[in-house]
Amino acid sequence: MTVNLTLLTVMGALYACGIYLILERSLTRVLLGLMLLANATNLLILATGGYAGLAPFFSKDTDPASYNDPLPQALILTSIVISFAVTAFMLGIIYRTWVLARQDDIQDDIEDRRVAETPSFDAEDDAVIPVETSEFPLPMRGPDGSAAAEPTATVEAGGRTLLAEHAALEEKPGSANVTDTDTDGGAK
Amino acid sequence: MNLASLAPLAVVLPILGAALTFVLIRHSRAQRAVSISLLSLTLLLECLLLASVWNGGTAAVNIGGWVPPWGIVLVVDQFSSLMLVVSSAVSLAVLVYATGQGMADGDQDAPVSIFHPTYLILVAGVSNAFLSGDLFNLYVGFEILLTASYVLMTLGGTGPRIRAGVTYVVVSVVSSVLFLIAIAMVYGATGTINMADLAIKLSELDQGTRTLLHVMLLVAFGIKAAVFPLSFWLPDSYPTAPAPVTAVFAGLLTKVGVYAMVRTETLLFPGDSLNTPLMVVALLTMVVGILGALAQSDIKRLLSFTLVSHIGYMVFGLAMSSVAGLAAAVFYVAHHITIQTSLFLVTGLIERRGGSSSVDRLAGLAKLSPLLALLFFVPAMNLAGIPPFSGFLGKLGLIQAGIGLGTPLAYALVIGGVLTSLLTLLAVARVWNRAFWRKAEDAEHPDPVLLAVPAPESGTTAVRLLPRTMVGSTLGLVVLGVALTVFAGPLFQVADQSAAAMLDRSAYIQAVLGDGASVPALALSGGGK
Repeated sequence: MTVNLTLLTVMGALYACGIYLILERSLTRVLLGLMLLANATNLLILATGGYAGLAPFFSKDTDPASYNDPLPQALILTSIVISFAVTAFMLGIIYRTWVLARQDDIQDDIEDRRVAETPSFDAEDDAVIPVETSEFPLPMRGPDGSAAAEPTATVEAGGRTLLAEHAALEEKPGSANVTDTDTDGGAK
Repeated sequence: MNLASLAPLAVVLPILGAALTFVLIRHSRAQRAVSISLLSLTLLLECLLLASVWNGGTAAVNIGGWVPPWGIVLVVDQFSSLMLVVSSAVSLAVLVYATGQGMADGDQDAPVSIFHPTYLILVAGVSNAFLSGDLFNLYVGFEILLTASYVLMTLGGTGPRIRAGVTYVVVSVVSSVLFLIAIAMVYGATGTINMADLAIKLSELDQGTRTLLHVMLLVAFGIKAAVFPLSFWLPDSYPTAPAPVTAVFAGLLTKVGVYAMVRTETLLFPGDSLNTPLMVVALLTMVVGILGALAQSDIKRLLSFTLVSHIGYMVFGLAMSSVAGLAAAVFYVAHHITIQTSLFLVTGLIERRGGSSSVDRLAGLAKLSPLLALLFFVPAMNLAGIPPFSGFLGKLGLIQAGIGLGTPLAYALVIGGVLTSLLTLLAVARVWNRAFWRKAEDAEHPDPVLLAVPAPESGTTAVRLLPRTMVGSTLGLVVLGVALTVFAGPLFQVADQSAAAMLDRSAYIQAVLGDGASVPALALSGGGK
């Protein structure tokens, strides 16, 4: 089977540009990249049909090298329709992002950032608790019973070293490191 | 008339329903009636299909009378019909749940009225992918369900959903492009895209080309199935969607990817030695996924991570390519679709009752709503694999198959599987302890709803927070999950038979291409060593 070198070169260039573009953070460029990838793939499918300019097959005795396979073109039609729908949808999303946030960039997942920055110290599980030996309140004591009036436990969080007590405080609402994580409820 | 020739209706009925509900877009009651009744009809039909192949056998339907390998063919066998029945049962439960939620919240908003048509198109795409006996038709099935899922994912167009939707759409489109490239390569190499025909012709190719095609298809399906290095899109994009949408995505979409992987491995490239990389990937999927789940405080995100993690079990069963391993994987897929969906539905209920899905803010739900606690507890224990439940049976089957295989890597996977199961238990137990067991006053910053005096059963508050249709459909799914345990015997028998048939391949190939078709001998018998 012979293939058209020009088509192959164009296909390669489209793939290269497409992959470069979808790695961008700007949504419009990502969309352009997806379109280029889809079109490069269409060219690839076209190349499997045989050399351009030949007639489709007409009799079952025809030599396979002397006709053009029509099936890949049917496949391309389907894939063009699909990529058209996806492109239209992406444009809708991009417009919506612009309306909502006035920006064209992919945004970070807030909850993901928050989980990443949460210290491994858990206020409920790991805090120093008073050892109760009598029914009268005692000063704070560590697990070994020694006085722990000065909290010394530290945790690593977000590249800083914090006192465990402060890290626990950061989990309280209104502190600088806590972002509003409540999503929009279960409504459809 | 052969019952299997009704198979196209599994795709046609939901699409018809989508058209009808689109016409009825201004009449929400008629819309609900049409979509629920048509989906029930589809489920009934698929039960008939499953019954017709229950004792083995494969049937092929040539669409439009075109003889394979030229025309599009739909294939009904035990695996595909089992997947169809489970997926439609789950979709029906989620549809009832979503309808209940819509009625409770008042679905007068414009975007919600497109929920029913889009949802039915999603179901049609899933059915098409399960039934397809043609690689390009499989691609079309994927595209139908993906395009519908893009719309469902961004329903309402709020900021977080658009953000999550962008990631989801771009990743899905890239995986589809990879799949399409693979199809073009397969067609260029063999001149056919009929899967039965490919099973014969691919074995005539030289090893290098075959490995290339094999890897390309596996990568494309691996993105859709969220297998480890390709799974990072999932926990970012699923949790923001509406509860019923997340539930159906978690249950079905990744499993369609797993289904396609199973077909690729067993039908198209049996005996090719990609089993070792697949096993490594399965191990990493399980362990990395569940470690991610442990770090989360939001229940939806936690469940998304367990979803990724448990895909590893299915890939493990598939990678063993022995009858026992594949049968356990088939059973596990059926179990996991049901359980994961019911957990997401329960999370939707928790969010309604407790005002949040973050375990930091939830507390005391067991006292507020014992039924909700039961609804969470049963599938959660089922997911973790506590003995009487189907999760335990599926994992037991996988572990037995792994020990039966006896290679060091298989033992590593068995250990990884047990570890993942224990860590899953830890993750869901943390949710249970915090959201259900502790007192509301102990929460870090509890939602005011939790601190309020519990409403009496007859009060209007309780009815609004937990509508009967939503609780009922969730209960139905939980019961279905328990039923998988009760009927595990016959189910495992069918899974065994379907695994044997898939590894043998002759039934599939002869059903599609006629009895005269010769089945190529495998380069390597399916031992996976």
